[in-house]
Amino acid sequence: MEAEAAKYIGAGIACIALAGAGAGIGTIFGNYLQGALRNPSAAPGQFGNVLLGFALAEATGLFGLVIALLLLFAV
Amino acid sequence: MASEGADGHGSKGIDPMHQFEVKSLVDIQLGPVDASFTNASLWMVIVVVTICAFMLLSTSRRALIPSRLQSLAEMSYEFIANMVRDNVGKDGMGYFPFIFSLFMFVLFANMLGMIPWSFTVTSHIIVTFAMALFIFIGVTLLGFIKHGLGFIGFFVPSGLPVALVPVLFPIEVISYLTRPISLSVRLFANMLAGHTMLKVFASFVGLMGIWGVAPLVFMVGLTGLEFLVAFLQAYVFAILTCIYLNDALHMHSH
Repeated sequence: MEAEAAKYIGAGIACIALAGAGAGIGTIFGNYLQGALRNPSAAPGQFGNVLLGFALAEATGLFGLVIALLLLFAV
Repeated sequence: MASEGADGHGSKGIDPMHQFEVKSLVDIQLGPVDASFTNASLWMVIVVVTICAFMLLSTSRRALIPSRLQSLAEMSYEFIANMVRDNVGKDGMGYFPFIFSLFMFVLFANMLGMIPWSFTVTSHIIVTFAMALFIFIGVTLLGFIKHGLGFIGFFVPSGLPVALVPVLFPIEVISYLTRPISLSVRLFANMLAGHTMLKVFASFVGLMGIWGVAPLVFMVGLTGLEFLVAFLQAYVFAILTCIYLNDALHMHSH
């Protein structure tokens, strides 16, 4: 296989990491909404934690994206 | 970031990595060390000057009824003060200046990076890793100063059966050692990925002619999202520093 082709395939595979980030962010906001509908008065106090969880979950997916970008543009 | 990658794979001259290129503005050579004043250094100076100007201007006329600028400064102070109080506790307030300057630096670096044709300092791993490494070393030293060798007990979860200690101890140590890496890569990856994505979508606007309106509309939303991420990552960086600090000061107990 040509090195160039392997580079693009590798970048594509690395992007699968973003599926995990999507699932994680969905879980966080879904569960937050579920909890917020059950107990709306407690919801605003937890929004900071939701954003923290969102940022942490998003970052793990971005690690994969960075590998893909490095493969495409820096290798 | 190396940025010669766009040549030769038919992307019509689009180079989303070009914006991260470090260029030397004033060449300074200190023996074997290349200490040139680069555009990254320039933007770090701009970030610090902006923060200083903002804080000095907003607090120079301390009115009882705050002006808009003054209430902005008060809000950012209260925001971080509450964060430190909630996550580290009362005795953590001594570290408030450190957390506050860290948060303001990352926030302003991210926000100034959103200005077109500017340079995002935090999109470089060396900048974020240097910050994360110093936080890690400082916090670890603090733990050993506060608790002596008892800080090693931090790596043994409380209520653990003795038989499991040799298994879990190395895992805990490794997870502790990855903290500076995850802290720095999180900020760096968010900034790098966000700005690259903006650049890629911006190039679609030009390439698609009249239909470029569609990615243009999308770009407006993405830019809003990037501002949210710029703030969120500064917040996450500060709050994780608070959590690490709390671990060092109080070990397991909250």
